[in-house]
Amino acid sequence: MKYLCLICAETVMETMTEAEAARQYREYAAFTDDLKRNGHFISANRLRPVDTATTVRVRNGQVSVTDGPFAETKEQFGGYYVIEARDLNEAIQVAAKIPGARYGCVEIRPIAEDAQTRALGFDTPHPVMPRASR
Amino acid sequence: MSTNETGLVRETVEAVYRDESRRVFATLIRLLGDFDLAEEALHDAFGAALDQWPREGVPANPRAWLVSAGRFKAIDAMRRRARFAALDDVTEQIETATMDAESLDDQTIEDDPLRLIFTCCHPALGPDAQVALTLREVCGLTTEQIAHAFLIPPSTLAQRIVRAKAKIRDARIPYQVPASAELPERLDAVLRVIYLVFSEGYTTSSGDTLICADLSTEAIRLGRLLVDLLPEPEVIGLLALMLLHDSRRAARTSPSGDLILLEDQNRALWNRAQIAEGTRLVEQALASRRVGPYTLQAAIAAVHAGAPNANTTDWPQIVGLYDVLWRVEPSPVIELNRAVAMAMRDGPEAGLVLIDAILARGDLAEYRLAHAARADLCRRLGRTAEARTSYERALSLTRQAPERRFLERRLDEVEK
Repeated sequence: MKYLCLICAETVMETMTEAEAARQYREYAAFTDDLKRNGHFISANRLRPVDTATTVRVRNGQVSVTDGPFAETKEQFGGYYVIEARDLNEAIQVAAKIPGARYGCVEIRPIAEDAQTRALGFDTPHPVMPRASR
Repeated sequence: MSTNETGLVRETVEAVYRDESRRVFATLIRLLGDFDLAEEALHDAFGAALDQWPREGVPANPRAWLVSAGRFKAIDAMRRRARFAALDDVTEQIETATMDAESLDDQTIEDDPLRLIFTCCHPALGPDAQVALTLREVCGLTTEQIAHAFLIPPSTLAQRIVRAKAKIRDARIPYQVPASAELPERLDAVLRVIYLVFSEGYTTSSGDTLICADLSTEAIRLGRLLVDLLPEPEVIGLLALMLLHDSRRAARTSPSGDLILLEDQNRALWNRAQIAEGTRLVEQALASRRVGPYTLQAAIAAVHAGAPNANTTDWPQIVGLYDVLWRVEPSPVIELNRAVAMAMRDGPEAGLVLIDAILARGDLAEYRLAHAARADLCRRLGRTAEARTSYERALSLTRQAPERRFLERRLDEVEK
């Protein structure tokens, strides 16, 4: 089963001191290597700091764009891992080793893999049916 | 078979239902991988027993018979549903339900109730959900009974349980006893749930056991089950603590429902059998040399239980136990209880100094019992004005009627 581990923290690498960022970089590199070796790794990445966030809403056909994240909180999403785990207990064990869990927190969300996922084609990277041409 | 014999078989089925249904249920959840399917299968299995046992006789191993019947009924139901559902989902379910030899191994089955308890008390579920789910699934109480006991609408409670089950399924909370590395922490959560159920019953017990499930009794039953399955020292300590507290049940309120303090209780009303069992369990837990907070609180309760009257209580020993407890769990409430014990050993003045120090830190400023304890010590010292102020403060923080009446009585006494 796949889980999304969202890393929340007050600071991201861009807003840390150089020494601190370097230390976290090494921690994440080691952790990601381990994850790939033990077969839990699916994908991961850092997110740019929250001041680069843009929120989009469409109401009555009108697109509204605002600066910033959808929720104003002290903590922000700094990055994510998508992992493969047998169950929630294993996902908790993996998430507890994410370096960010020691500074901020990690939210674990199960990724749906049911009939709807398949019907919507979320599990296949390319269109199954050829798109109708205009 | 005569009507008489049929009646006997029916009684047997009822007895098996009482003693075994939760264990059968726990095994069915593991085999079927779903709480609701297991619940349905459990009812179908007992339906089949009522139908077949009068004709074919009671099987040698009723539990195994019921598990097997429940599983077959569930697979039948899945096949019937298969016509309407996505085929691979159903195939997966039927595969889960079709078991290998290992899944029916005696030890595996014996551990099923433990799997159920740890799943219901999983830290990924909210505290309220843990309590509700444990009472519903492990104890088999109805939604109405639980809602009534916690004074919340049944619909709220039902929703809480539905949400918790959905999280177990969707986030895939596993049905297992935690590995030894996680066990201490996970066990703490289970003990917390059981003690919370007990305390809720202890403080709100209305004696109206017909409508209201008796939560204290349920908690003690859970404690016994856990001691049976996982005889860790703190599990034994918690059962001892609950038994020793419960032993005073008949003495702690007057017929009119008024609160009677420990020192004023008629000790002839204390339940001697519960005291004997609780004391024996405390000794067993202490002998393990791995002493935790439940065992220490039980040991304190055992010292009280061993005193023929309030004046002969061994206060030095109680203070000593509180010292250890405070080291294990340095909480202000324990510090307060220790201060009260010190007052009993060394006189009210000594306790008052300690309580004032705790209150000065602001830790227990909103805790009614801290003010009530202070008021009592001031009363004993003849410091009437201070006693009155503290009783009034305690009253303003108290919501329970018997406690209010008690404090009002005391306030009247100092006013005179």
